[in-house]
Amino acid sequence: MATPAPLIKQAIKRTRRANSDGHPIALNDLEKRLLNEYQKGLPLSPTPFADIARRLGTSEALVLKILDRLQRLGVISRVGPVFKPKQVGASTLAAMAVPEALLAAVADQISAYPEVNHNYEREDSYNLWFVVTAPSQQRLEQVLAEMERQTGYPILYLPLQKQFHIDLGFPLWC
Amino acid sequence: MVLNEQDYRLIAEIQGGLPLSSHPYAEIGQRIGLDEETVIGRIDAMLEGGVIKRLGIVVRHHELGYTANAMVVWDVPDERLDEVGAKLGALDCITLCYQRPRRLPDWPYNLFCMIHGRERDKVLGYIDRLISSEGLAEIPHKVLFSGRRFKQRGARYQ
Repeated sequence: MATPAPLIKQAIKRTRRANSDGHPIALNDLEKRLLNEYQKGLPLSPTPFADIARRLGTSEALVLKILDRLQRLGVISRVGPVFKPKQVGASTLAAMAVPEALLAAVADQISAYPEVNHNYEREDSYNLWFVVTAPSQQRLEQVLAEMERQTGYPILYLPLQKQFHIDLGFPLWC
Repeated sequence: MVLNEQDYRLIAEIQGGLPLSSHPYAEIGQRIGLDEETVIGRIDAMLEGGVIKRLGIVVRHHELGYTANAMVVWDVPDERLDEVGAKLGALDCITLCYQRPRRLPDWPYNLFCMIHGRERDKVLGYIDRLISSEGLAEIPHKVLFSGRRFKQRGARYQ
């Protein structure tokens, strides 16, 4: 008898939860090569995945299948561009010091802003760290002010001043 | 680099990721009324112009067991900032290294770098070693490990 769809969905959810609980997903050699070699330099040719497959000695179908699977597992967030900060729109790192008991609730308020793309806890008195992006500097400042009003906590506003590292992804041997 | 209306439509279409298909650029072009050659040409121009810093697989290292994520912040004397920033930025396992403003008196730190690893002790050991190898013993620093992730997705610009 076939497994009912809801049970399969539950099983998938459980797998995801297990992953975020610290059971890393193991990669095979081909997957590792793919992730190590193509965090940058996706071919700008009509058939980039076929080109990658040729260089790795495999088939386009397998490359696409691996990428699709890793994307569904959450190991990769996308195959696409990473924009340089400050070039398109305005963005900043920001931090708040929130009492521990209220952290999850305040974090939810911050995450609800569509302008927020990363929102993390860090072990410090400044325990909530997030990145805000907006189409303009003016809109960015409005959003930060709105957040301060809504939560009642002042924001440490830490825009990028100078970059010393070119982000090219990072190797899996660190 | 100056972006035009067409570039913004292209950015909107690709920022969430390319379609995982044989002809992703042609497919993107179809959605916004551009031919494949133009899509490839404009992405190439944005890479050249520095609007896009890389095009490729965006890995979520956390899912691969890189759960020890340390932001190390340093209070670097202004006259040493460029030297120290360049040293740290060049190290293999430092993924980001930025100057940001001090916010005195609450926040004296002006240089931020990110180190990912699989285990906390190893990351701390790595930091100890780089402090001695790069001559940073006199520079005050603190290490902020990440805890819960409340939200994570690529930046959106629309």
